[in-house]
Amino acid sequence: MGLLDRLTRGLARTAERLAQRFDDIVGRADAPGRETAALDVDTVEALEELLLGADVGLGATSRLIEGVTKRPRTGTGLRAALTEEIRDIFAGVTAPPVQPATPPRVVLIVGVNGTGKTTTVGKLANRFRLDGQKTLICAADTFRAAAVDQLQVWATRAGVDIVRANEGSDAAAVVFDALTAAKARGVDTVLIDTAGRLHTRVNLMAELEKIRRITAREVPGAPHEVLLVLDATVGQNGLVQAREFAAAAGVSGVVLTKLDGTAKGGIAVAIAHDLSLPIRFVGVGEGIDDLLPFDAGAYADALFRPSW
Amino acid sequence: MFDALSNRLQDVFQSLRGEVRLTPETTERVLREIRVALIEADVNLQVVKAFVDRVRDRASAQDVQASLSPDQQVVKIVRDELLALFGDARGGLSTGGARPKVILMLGLQGSGKTTTTGKLARMLAKQGKFPLVVSTDVRRPAAIEQLTVVAGKAGVRVFDPPGDLDPVSRARGALVEARNTGCDVVIVDTAGRLHIDDELMGELVAIKDVAKPSDLLYVADAMTGQDAIRSAGEFNRQVGVTGVVLSKIDGDSRGGAALSVVSVVGVPIAFVGAGERLEDLDAFHADRFVSRLLGMGDVLSLIEKAEEVVDSSTAASLEEKIRKNTFSLADFRDQLRTIRKMGPLEHIMKLLPGMGQLKELGAQKPDEKQLRRVEAIINSMTPEEREHAEVIDGSRRKRIARGSGTSVEDVNRLLKQYDEMRKMLKMVGQMTGEAVPEAPRKKKKKGPFSLMR
Repeated sequence: MGLLDRLTRGLARTAERLAQRFDDIVGRADAPGRETAALDVDTVEALEELLLGADVGLGATSRLIEGVTKRPRTGTGLRAALTEEIRDIFAGVTAPPVQPATPPRVVLIVGVNGTGKTTTVGKLANRFRLDGQKTLICAADTFRAAAVDQLQVWATRAGVDIVRANEGSDAAAVVFDALTAAKARGVDTVLIDTAGRLHTRVNLMAELEKIRRITAREVPGAPHEVLLVLDATVGQNGLVQAREFAAAAGVSGVVLTKLDGTAKGGIAVAIAHDLSLPIRFVGVGEGIDDLLPFDAGAYADALFRPSW
Repeated sequence: MFDALSNRLQDVFQSLRGEVRLTPETTERVLREIRVALIEADVNLQVVKAFVDRVRDRASAQDVQASLSPDQQVVKIVRDELLALFGDARGGLSTGGARPKVILMLGLQGSGKTTTTGKLARMLAKQGKFPLVVSTDVRRPAAIEQLTVVAGKAGVRVFDPPGDLDPVSRARGALVEARNTGCDVVIVDTAGRLHIDDELMGELVAIKDVAKPSDLLYVADAMTGQDAIRSAGEFNRQVGVTGVVLSKIDGDSRGGAALSVVSVVGVPIAFVGAGERLEDLDAFHADRFVSRLLGMGDVLSLIEKAEEVVDSSTAASLEEKIRKNTFSLADFRDQLRTIRKMGPLEHIMKLLPGMGQLKELGAQKPDEKQLRRVEAIINSMTPEEREHAEVIDGSRRKRIARGSGTSVEDVNRLLKQYDEMRKMLKMVGQMTGEAVPEAPRKKKKKGPFSLMR
């Protein structure tokens, strides 16, 4: 059989939604009379394929498969078992965000290009302001054309102050200005938007370290939170990104954006499993309210449910 | 780019060295490893399966030259099959068609449409075209400003009727503007959208109906995972896609999405974007891509890059200098500058065959700073010193070191390197047989530079 025929056949199956396939697998495994029987090879293989197809990655997938197959089959069903295993992975990494004794709390937003950092900063600012915190945005993306203008629009929408500099100026200098302003104005939370950078660019990653150093010098204990913004459509490269940004900027949590598409962001499971980084928020749309705190239970449930 | 996959595959091939014959057992082991490598590279699972099956079929059929060793056999099969996945689709833009040529950019949010629009416009302008760019992204804050800035850097015209916030009418206006002003290409940038957003997908179709593009380029982030084919497939089904632009391939992604989109959605890759500079866009060549993936280097691209920055008269005068053995420090500096113009050293190194195997390069990565330092040292010399290095005595060395912010040791090292280089070049010059007429001309061997003539 030629390659093309195989692919055409494969395509038909790919088009089926994950949810549908999961329902099939669960339906077969938990059919009346089989609920307590051990999972057969076909089921395990189908499950493995499903998880890999959701970008969960090899490491986390084998842990989930192992967990599910080792579990006694008491008749509670495969769906519940898998959901619980996924929840367990997230439960192991619930380091709460650091709250400084004295404000300002400094939150640094980092990530590769195009994951939605600027949008996330806008949504976070709105969220913090609604919580009654005096919030200040620092526009430290001085590289991308019109990034500062974009952030200005978000700051206006969220009704918070912004400290900005001209395009092309030194990012660390803007951060310094913002922190000075924050201390003078009695700000509770400072949100620093940084330029998108590929984790392979050594000098740009070094700039992040510099921003971190300046922050720590100006505000003791800062940055209190370093959020890595990850696109839900990202594949196994998300792991590499998280690892590199953790090394350079000391990432303390992850924001998973664009979950309103068809991608389920299975990379979140891989990151929690391989790197023990907690997921803090999920972005589910372009509106200012479309940012939700991450809920492991809801996420595990949704992973294999249709999104529309 | 795609180092991780490339390294994994090379490990697999390496493990086969020394085997005498491909037994079914070794084949299965290799196939397992290839499967894992591809899955970790985000290649679509169906593609992985089909690919592995094909490789197995051919390996067991001994469908390769018997003269090859097992590792070479596997490399050959993998290479053939990878090429088969890409098909004979050609990169670049379509040729011919109506004037002005209209290019429509599509894609998800954050895939890099606006940046790619700028890069493409610059590339076309360099080829002697007169592109006009227009943004129809009235949704994302400051998206139109971003395109205006990017177009300014690329030195191309931008169409931005103030106050017109209707995407379709902006596209229509750009076409009229292009006809009136004699622009021969219109690039229409669009707002990023999800393939499941019916309203916005409808808007794209409306823009397409008005603009009648000859090229619909889907910009895909190379780091996309298994969802890649779903989104690309939907864009293709609802709007139509003629080519894919793979962006951010410098992000050490394993590029599985590229394979999946091409083979499952059936759309060829037109361009690849590998950097934030406007010149970082290349037409896609499947054979070169596969060679690089398998660690065979990409000498063709290297030569093209060199040709872009070196004009033939410079090359001729350099050759002349080498033959006459008058290669001075000033020429040395020109060479350094040429190399740096070709792009970051790391990118260049990756084009060289065999460089992929040097994984431990990390510690001694080619250092751009080192090159700058060398240039600074030469810059701190007088013109006379550059032409006649032998006049540089101890006191001059001290002055040069001070002037360039380096140490006397650095200056010494550079002079020594230059000296050695000159000796080597002298030999090369002699080999061409014309450099030193009085030298005995026993063998008229062709030197490496004779090819350049």
